[in-house]
Parts: sequence; structure tokens; C-alpha cells
Amino acid sequence: MLEIMEGSHAVAEAVGRCRPQVIAAYPITPQTHIVEALADMAANCEIDADYITVESEFSALSACLGASAAGSRVYSATTSQGLALMFEVCFNCAGMRLPVVMSIVNRAMGAPLSIWNDQQDSISLRDSGWLQLYAEDNQEATDLHYLAYKVAEDHRILLPSFVCFDGFILSHTYEPVDTLTQEQADSYLPPFRPYQRLDAADPVSFGLFASPDYYMEFRYAIDQALDKARSVIPEAGKEFNEMFGRDYSGLVEEYRLDDADVAIVAMGSICGTVKDAIDEMRDAGKRVGLLKIRCFRPFPHKEVRKALSGVTTVAVLDKNVSLGSRGAAALEVRDALYGSGVSVQGYIIGLGGRDVRKRDIASVVAKAEAGEGDIYYGLRQEVLR
Amino acid sequence: MRELRIHGRGGQGSVTAAELIAVAAFEGGVFAQAFPAFGVERRGAPVQAFVRFDTKKIRLRSQVYEPDYIIVQDSTLIKDVNVFLGLKEGGIAIINTEKDLSYPFPKGVKVITLDATSIALKHLGLPITNTTLMGAFAAASGEIQLKALEDAVRRRFSGDLAGKNIAAATEAYQAVKGAA
Repeated sequence: MLEIMEGSHAVAEAVGRCRPQVIAAYPITPQTHIVEALADMAANCEIDADYITVESEFSALSACLGASAAGSRVYSATTSQGLALMFEVCFNCAGMRLPVVMSIVNRAMGAPLSIWNDQQDSISLRDSGWLQLYAEDNQEATDLHYLAYKVAEDHRILLPSFVCFDGFILSHTYEPVDTLTQEQADSYLPPFRPYQRLDAADPVSFGLFASPDYYMEFRYAIDQALDKARSVIPEAGKEFNEMFGRDYSGLVEEYRLDDADVAIVAMGSICGTVKDAIDEMRDAGKRVGLLKIRCFRPFPHKEVRKALSGVTTVAVLDKNVSLGSRGAAALEVRDALYGSGVSVQGYIIGLGGRDVRKRDIASVVAKAEAGEGDIYYGLRQEVLR
Repeated sequence: MRELRIHGRGGQGSVTAAELIAVAAFEGGVFAQAFPAFGVERRGAPVQAFVRFDTKKIRLRSQVYEPDYIIVQDSTLIKDVNVFLGLKEGGIAIINTEKDLSYPFPKGVKVITLDATSIALKHLGLPITNTTLMGAFAAASGEIQLKALEDAVRRRFSGDLAGKNIAAATEAYQAVKGAA
């Protein structure tokens, strides 16, 4: 049933229905409402979870790592500097093949300090071995948590997963969301069945020393699991769609792309604004479509190439920048389309919470058609003086 | 799609007003979206919050630049912030003030002024005008029903406090209806 609520509360409810056994998090804007709600739910025994209060994000994810290794379903949430403080533990979770699920309420990185949205935080962890899913609206933000646990805990995958959604723009927005009932959630997501766990009766070790004779194979194995996720995510998305009628079976999602000359590629909440802008451009006779990237890690190169093979121009919107290079998605899309002859133009946009309007999208499309790309869109020259 | 922009000062409950209006609109059977202009909300500083209403799912995520309605919680804001910026022709401005405003209002805009501070003080004992102005908005715009507004207020505030806020909203609703 559709109910209107704040994005953070919708996510907290969904996380509760995933039945995490251990939650450890450190509050940070704009993630705070989620962990406050979960702390309340745990304290009121509405969920059967141990909520561990910690003194830092490093400890939060370390507690999750240990609890996951001991065989518990675990949850954390963070953003920006908080995620940066978890950097080392992120790599360890992936390396130890622990299916931790963590919400990333996307926020810009300091300095200068910004509490506002872009996606630099999670993008900066793209090489850590975590799955990365991005939500367009609060419905998707809640649903992707069920999907993330399902895929992360699958014994073919066994990797941690970020569920990324834009700070404030989604987390602090009231809008209608259909939350699964506990029965529905249970029917989709079975209890966690660890592949192996810390057990005094049957001792194992996690994350030990690997000499040069072994290390590369461990890294290769993570990459192989991420590759398998390219088929396991659609499988889990298909099952979700069959049960609840919301389709997350694609690593990417197409919008009015069939006969498009120009394709916009984007991730996260900006996709909603892009869709409205596309409808207006279509009404004006422009053949424009959107390719939304739902899954950034593993990156769906094949799906992107297939979806964009018919267009002449691609405009990639990045709410991040790999400083000294380009936007992360633009780099991936250019790689996916290498040798296809399709023109790929990158646009760094909306950093640090700068608002993106429909007219900005139309302006990006005009620039892409004119071959003016690989730029920061909408820089204020008077600030640069 | 119709859009509302609320101007207030930190502490006046602009964000809560936006949320409760969205809740009331949704309960009335339309899609609604409410969000703040995310800032560093110091008490007294100018703040904004937004609501969208539509018969279909709302996808747009930008701030509101061309509102159909504005609510101004504090008329002293008018000299600091261009609260009328982008207000559509035929749009409605609801302004809390205790005096006759000599401000040159934009043409083609319906301006409704009311002394929401006095109404809030009377019912709540506090100059927090958000629920009072919500009642005025319901009457002036027709986007939300008074009953749905009452339900939304009851969901947010408990017992006595809910009753006081509803009384303030109802008085403003009737004042605006009566003046129309």
C-alpha cells in the first residue's frame, strides 16, 4: 500500500524488514534520520537487532565486519567523510567476502565542507569490491535494500553492497512509497545462510596474510564474483518483479531510447528530472532518451553498449569527478562504446548540491549535439575570478 | 502539476508545514512531494520548503522556481528575499502580517494577508504560524481539505498540541473562506 513518508524513514522500515541481526552506525548528516529510526526500532524491540553504538565510522563498519564473519546479517549507513573513514574496512569486507549491506546517502566530499549532495563519496570507493546500486526515487531506494541482501548473500557472490541514494534530495523528501509487509519481505529474503563463519567448534580464519604466490588469485576471485553479479542481480530483480510488480531486473533502465538520436546517461535522483526534461524535448520534436545506470559496480558494459548502439550522441551526466581525469560514468561509457563510432560527451554536473533543472538537461543535450563536452556544466565565472 | 514554495525563518516550522501539506494532499488522493531547500538552518535565517501536487507520480527533483502558490510566514522577509520570484500569473500569495503591506505586489497575483501570528498566539501561546498558514492555504488553494489537514496534524502532534494546532488552522481557514 502506498504511504507518504520521508525517504529516510521508508529506508529504515525496509531495512528493519530485512531483519538485520546487528546494526552498527555513526550518525552523520544526511544519513542521521535512518539510523535514529533504526535505533528506536531496536530499543522498542520492533526489530530483533543488536544496535551497537560506536565512536566512529571506522568502528561501525569494523563491528559489522566482525558480526558478519560470525554469521549475522548486518547493516550500516553512512555518507561522505563517514565513508572515507571506513575506507580500509570497506576493502577488508570485500576481501573477506562478507555480505554487508550499507546505505550510502550520497553527499559531497570536503574540503570545502559541504553537507549537500553529489556522488563523489560512493564513486570514490568504486575499486573496493562492493556492489554499487543507485536509486532514482524513494521507492527504488527502499526496494534495492531487499535486492542488495539477496544478491550479496548469494553463495555465488558473497560480496558487500552499497545501496546509494542522493542525500536530502531523496533522504529528506516526503513522497509516496509502497513498503513491503514483513510477510512479503520474508517471502523474498530468506534468513542469512553464511557460507562459512567464525565458530569455535569449527575454527576458520578470515582475512589472513597472503604472500605474492596467493594474493592475485584472491583479487581475481572478487572480480569473478562481481562478474557473476551481472547475471545474479537481474535474476533477483526479476523475482522481485514477479512477486511485487516493480521491475529491477535491468542493470540499466531505458527511457524513450528506442528511436533516440541523443541518449543521456545518468545515475540516481537526477534521472527523474531528466525524464521530465526528455518528455518536454520529445514534445518539441527532439529524439532524446535516457539510459539510467542502476548498477555501477559491476559496471554493465555489455548492456550499455547494446542500449546505446543506435544513437549518434551520448551525454553522460556525472555528479562526481575523478580529479585529473573525467567523470566516473563518462569513463565507463566511453570504454563500453569504444570503437562504435558513437560520440560520447561527459558533463560534471550538480556537485556539492548545485540544483539541476529541466532546462539544464536541455542545455546539456544542445551542447552534446554541438560536440561540446568533457566540461563542468554551469560553472560560475564570477566565482572563479 | 502545481507547486508551492514556503518562505519562512528557521524555527517557524516551514519544513513541517510542507510535509504536512503533502501528507494531507496525498490523503486527498493526489501524488505529493515535499522537501526543504536544504540549508544550514539557523534560527531566524531565511528558509524555504517546497511542495508539488500532481495527478501522476512526481519525478522532478529540482527546487521550485515558478510556483503556483507561495506562503510567506514572516512579512519582514519580503525586504530580504524576493519571495514573489517566478510566482505564476494567477498565482496565490499567502502572507502573514499584522499590518497593511504597502509593498508593490506583482500584477496578476492574488495576495491574501492575515495576522497568523495573533491566531497562533491565541491558540498555541507561541508565535509559530505554520499550522495557521496551512489552514489559510487549504482555504485559498483548494489543494487540501481541512479534514485531511486535521488528520495530518494529528499524525504529527499528540493530543492537546494537535488540538491547539487544529484550532489555529481552522480559524485561519474560516477567516480566508469568509473573506473570499
